[in-house]
Amino acid sequence: MKINKITKKILLKDGLIIDPFKEKKFKGSILIENGFISKISNEISDEDCEVFDCKNLIITHGFCDIHAHFREPGDEDMETLESGAFSAMSGGYTEVCVMPNTNPTIDSPETIKFIIDKSKKLPVSIFPIGAITLGQKGKELTEFYEMNKTGAIAFSDDGIPVTNSNVMRIALEYSKPLGVPIINHSEDLFLKNEGQLNEGILSTKLGLKGNPDISESIMINRDLEIAAFTKGKLHIPHVSCKKSVDWIRLAKSNDEINISAEVTPHHLAFDDTNIIPFDTNFKVAPPIRTFKDRKALIDGLIDGTIDCIATDHAPHSIEKKTNPFEFAPPGMIGLESSFGVINKILSVEKLPIEKIIKLLTNNPRKIMKLNQDLFKIGTLAQITILDKDEEWTFNKDFIFSKSHNSPFINNKLIGKIKSVISKSFIFTR
Amino acid sequence: MGLLKQKHLIGLKDISKEDIELILKHAFSFREILDRPIKKVPTLNGKTIANLFFENSTRTKISFELAERRLSADTINFAKNTSSINKGESLKDTIKNIETMKIDCIVIRHNASGCCYHIKEYVDCVIINAGDGMFEHPTQALLDIMSIKEKKGSIKNLNIGIVGDIYHSRTARSNIFGLTKLGANVMLCGPANLVPEDMKEFGVKINYNIDEVLEWADVVNVLRIQKERFNSNFLPSSREYRNAFGITKERLKKIKKEIIIMHPGPTNIGVEIDNYVVESDQSIIFDQVLNGVAIRMSVLYLLLSSK
Repeated sequence: MKINKITKKILLKDGLIIDPFKEKKFKGSILIENGFISKISNEISDEDCEVFDCKNLIITHGFCDIHAHFREPGDEDMETLESGAFSAMSGGYTEVCVMPNTNPTIDSPETIKFIIDKSKKLPVSIFPIGAITLGQKGKELTEFYEMNKTGAIAFSDDGIPVTNSNVMRIALEYSKPLGVPIINHSEDLFLKNEGQLNEGILSTKLGLKGNPDISESIMINRDLEIAAFTKGKLHIPHVSCKKSVDWIRLAKSNDEINISAEVTPHHLAFDDTNIIPFDTNFKVAPPIRTFKDRKALIDGLIDGTIDCIATDHAPHSIEKKTNPFEFAPPGMIGLESSFGVINKILSVEKLPIEKIIKLLTNNPRKIMKLNQDLFKIGTLAQITILDKDEEWTFNKDFIFSKSHNSPFINNKLIGKIKSVISKSFIFTR
Repeated sequence: MGLLKQKHLIGLKDISKEDIELILKHAFSFREILDRPIKKVPTLNGKTIANLFFENSTRTKISFELAERRLSADTINFAKNTSSINKGESLKDTIKNIETMKIDCIVIRHNASGCCYHIKEYVDCVIINAGDGMFEHPTQALLDIMSIKEKKGSIKNLNIGIVGDIYHSRTARSNIFGLTKLGANVMLCGPANLVPEDMKEFGVKINYNIDEVLEWADVVNVLRIQKERFNSNFLPSSREYRNAFGITKERLKKIKKEIIIMHPGPTNIGVEIDNYVVESDQSIIFDQVLNGVAIRMSVLYLLLSSK
């Protein structure tokens, strides 16, 4: 596997081109010159080109992940912006929004600028999400205007819920003119009560404190009420249970509300019957819930209640994860395995590939107001080439991330990224 | 491998019925040795056992140590207060270092549920769980089962009530897993917020009325109210608990049939159980303590002897 700077003209020849923005699907070739798309057509001459035979492959937009953790600054042993970027690119992603829960917290225009500057030369585009409150403490609002001007694409206190409802109200009101989403980790910490797993049969059996689904759905309901009241732009991250899906569906029936929601590959892939007892790689926040919840998430994704897929890529060192369950931090990496996981699940649900691709490209870009018309001639190429049918076993050799905390290791996945073009770089296997 | 189908004793959730019965059988043999004038046998001569108690313990720790010495094993002890744990050393480092010094068996008590599952990933020696968080306390349940068997002859079809804070109790979990495997009817009783409804999945019944449970039961295992684990207001007062769930003198006298009363200790006299009940003929609390040594001898013997 390698990532190289593009030096020649590149011809992606005879693939199935899927344009999720124009909702078109056709057989054809794409010519890239100096990293930019110069021609899309059935017949392109391959003179002076490096030719990539895309027969039986799909050529589509680069994926966009709106929820990842790259740990820089502060925990560079677990991930850096660079290792995160490589990890993303190998998973088919060309744009990634990173969460502000670093050390220090990304809560000022200066720290936003640090991320922007450090990411400039990397092969994928990285967009920082700024903290809603100073130090993620839930009290004083950060400088939304200054940070947005510097490059903050959204605001979130990441894993720490905005507990004070009035702070949430003010954040949703104050951010309105900027048009950027407020993302709140919805969890009532009193109800969570140090819960380690979804409250249910498994937590009862293992003697681990349970985190009930209502800890999430109650706060999501609160946030939806505040969003409707303020007409602010709310984005709900990593929805994990049926009750939350039901509330979001109900809220979306109100045309005036401006809300969106995401789900992670792991909440789509696992329910609590899949959890290996005390395996810390299954410890995530919010927790993996029941079969009924997993089914509701898939249904919500298919009917549009949930807008997109986001990985919540959360690298943790082996030292941190090799601890008794309740002392291990929550989170798993997700960028490299994402497509193979969700393609496997959603193809079983008979969701066509072009719809699956929309959940990874167009829909997340719409939430973050990023350019969606990526196959326009003259655009800097953001292209992912994939084989939707290839079966492969995910293992550590496929991981670019500095951390390896993934329960998908040794799992059979369906659908593989073959090549990615982004910012004049090309990734090949 | 020792004489059981499994290498470690981590809990009764995953152990086979046959292994439980084998442990009980040998425990009764060791129990006889404890009545002899010379109580020591050379069975584990040359084996080294580390007792790692990261949480406070009186009877379990003494019981394990006695069992180890009665079997002629060499023992070392670890106390949390004087160890490098206070310097921030991780559990993995601590355990790995101790094992490196050629230890055959680790007996561990820790406040993290599932900590033995965690440890078995990186050590080779035999692991015996002496209580991990809210998960399991297998030797306690085994000695409870042994004590019931001693009185009743068999476990099958007995009505056994478990009363108290089920949610936080590793003793309750191990008892539930073990007793249901051996065919007992188990009923849980306690404050509704401390008796998870999901426990029904393990084949037990729930009844919040202590008087009804006492009428139904052949045996009642009374759990200690573990106040030190509480992190929110689970119970309003000990008075209310005693009146609603306590095994009081009055309640014991009201029961028409013969009933066995057990308690894993230490007891909160006047809260979950009256002193009168502890000292009554129906109580087998002190038999439990002695059987504990026999059970631990049996477990150590079966896990540390070679085929």
